[in-house]
Amino acid sequence: MNAQRSEKLTFALLLAATIIVVLPVLVIIGIVIKNGVGAITWEFISTAPRDGMRAGGILPAIVGTFCLMIGAMLFAVPLGVFSAIYLNEYAGDNLLTRLIRLAIINLAGVPSVVYGLFGLGVFVMFFKFGTSILAGAMTLSIMNLPVIITASREALSNVPQSFREVSLSLGATRWQTIRHVVLPNALPGILTGIILEVGRAGGETAPILFTVAAFSLPFLPHSVFDQCMALPTHLYAISTQVPNIGLDVRYATAMVLLAVVLIVNFFSIMLRMRLRRRRQW
Amino acid sequence: MVAPNTGDSTPAKVATRDLSVWYDDEQALKSISLDIRHNELLGIIGPANSGKTTFLRTLNRLIDRTPGIRVSGQVRLDGRDIFQDIPVEELRTRVGMVFALPVPLPMSVFDNVAYGPRRHGIGNRKALAELVEESLWAASLWDEVKDRLDEPAMNLSGGQQQRLCIARALAVQAEVILLDEPCSGLDPVSTSMVEDALVGLKENHTIVLVTNVIAQAARISDRTAFFLMGELIEVDGADKLFTLPADERTAGYIEGRYG
Repeated sequence: MNAQRSEKLTFALLLAATIIVVLPVLVIIGIVIKNGVGAITWEFISTAPRDGMRAGGILPAIVGTFCLMIGAMLFAVPLGVFSAIYLNEYAGDNLLTRLIRLAIINLAGVPSVVYGLFGLGVFVMFFKFGTSILAGAMTLSIMNLPVIITASREALSNVPQSFREVSLSLGATRWQTIRHVVLPNALPGILTGIILEVGRAGGETAPILFTVAAFSLPFLPHSVFDQCMALPTHLYAISTQVPNIGLDVRYATAMVLLAVVLIVNFFSIMLRMRLRRRRQW
Repeated sequence: MVAPNTGDSTPAKVATRDLSVWYDDEQALKSISLDIRHNELLGIIGPANSGKTTFLRTLNRLIDRTPGIRVSGQVRLDGRDIFQDIPVEELRTRVGMVFALPVPLPMSVFDNVAYGPRRHGIGNRKALAELVEESLWAASLWDEVKDRLDEPAMNLSGGQQQRLCIARALAVQAEVILLDEPCSGLDPVSTSMVEDALVGLKENHTIVLVTNVIAQAARISDRTAFFLMGELIEVDGADKLFTLPADERTAGYIEGRYG
């Protein structure tokens, strides 16, 4: 086979793989919208459920999911970014840091239901937060940490060493160097990790099942110690626990969940694009 | 080993005594004793891997960042030990560094020059603006960039970027400026502009210029040191070193027998 033919063949193969990857995304979104859009009304997204969740809306679940996403990020972003800074900028390469790195990688592989049980044991029972937004958000944040740390470290280590040396050679301290040179240039990459994990925090079911989710709670939460509904657990509940519920209501709930995640991602990606445009190397 | 060159009566700005540096087990500098005089332009020449860059990076302790590094001997700045008596931030403020390839920070021309002063607590806009202008003047760059201060520094040409790096070091009132082959990526015109800037700076600054271009050292340095495989072979006035080198090896390098 000559070089030109294999070049064409390779190109076709790579293109096909890419299309096959994109296809399921489009099909999933298509099916969800097709089946769910009919049930989307103002009432559906602005009122609490009624009649054993067969009627009314899903507002408490939408609010609950936002609370959990925000809460999870409040814990996961500072913890994750700070430890990434420590690991990448301060810690040397020794047995301890290698073990920490290994632990973080392994943490990413833990099934989400295990995080749920961990949250139940530690936050709900040991710290006595009860089944609450606080316990749920913390559980989600633990699940989010590995990806945020790994992405942040990657972003930090992609900032050229020469920038650090310039800053240090002007008499800046290490922290000043990180604060004014390294972090601003790593921010877009750090945001990528955060974007991925906001979506996961909003969409995961298992970690919140035992730690926060209420089966049906037609009120909005008042404090972080309240239980709340959340979209993924609500979807799980109406799909498996409540008989005689319209298919369109289930798809509409899934559609709202997708929309919530996509909207949050959209804003983060806009932010990242603005930050990237500022970057000039 | 060469005896410390202390013939001059003025005290040395930077003095090294028996300075040795190891990377793990490999010795990169072998017992260097060298006085760098006040406001002189000292050229350092030598083939690759002769320890020139290591020597420079030791003088402002950027070498500390290298894993597995070990330093013995002394370096004194105005008589004070740089490893014991001077906080590393102060040292690096007073002993500035310009790297082989120009490294503008990804920000505007103004912000690049103002970066150091800002870290040292100068926040006043007017003071900063004056400092930036002064520094750019001193680096012979002001006329070319005075209307481009808000542009990204990456838009400047290579030679302008390198002079910007010099201005950046001047803005923190560096007394000693270390330059590591600053013209290696520049065309002849840009090179001569950087050289002119350096000659102008000699009045108030001590300059150590590592260069691969022997002619450059001959052109602008007051004295030139020849390094070979981590050793200081000899250091002398440019007029003597390049015409009547004391050491056979120096003569060999200058005549192009190796390196």
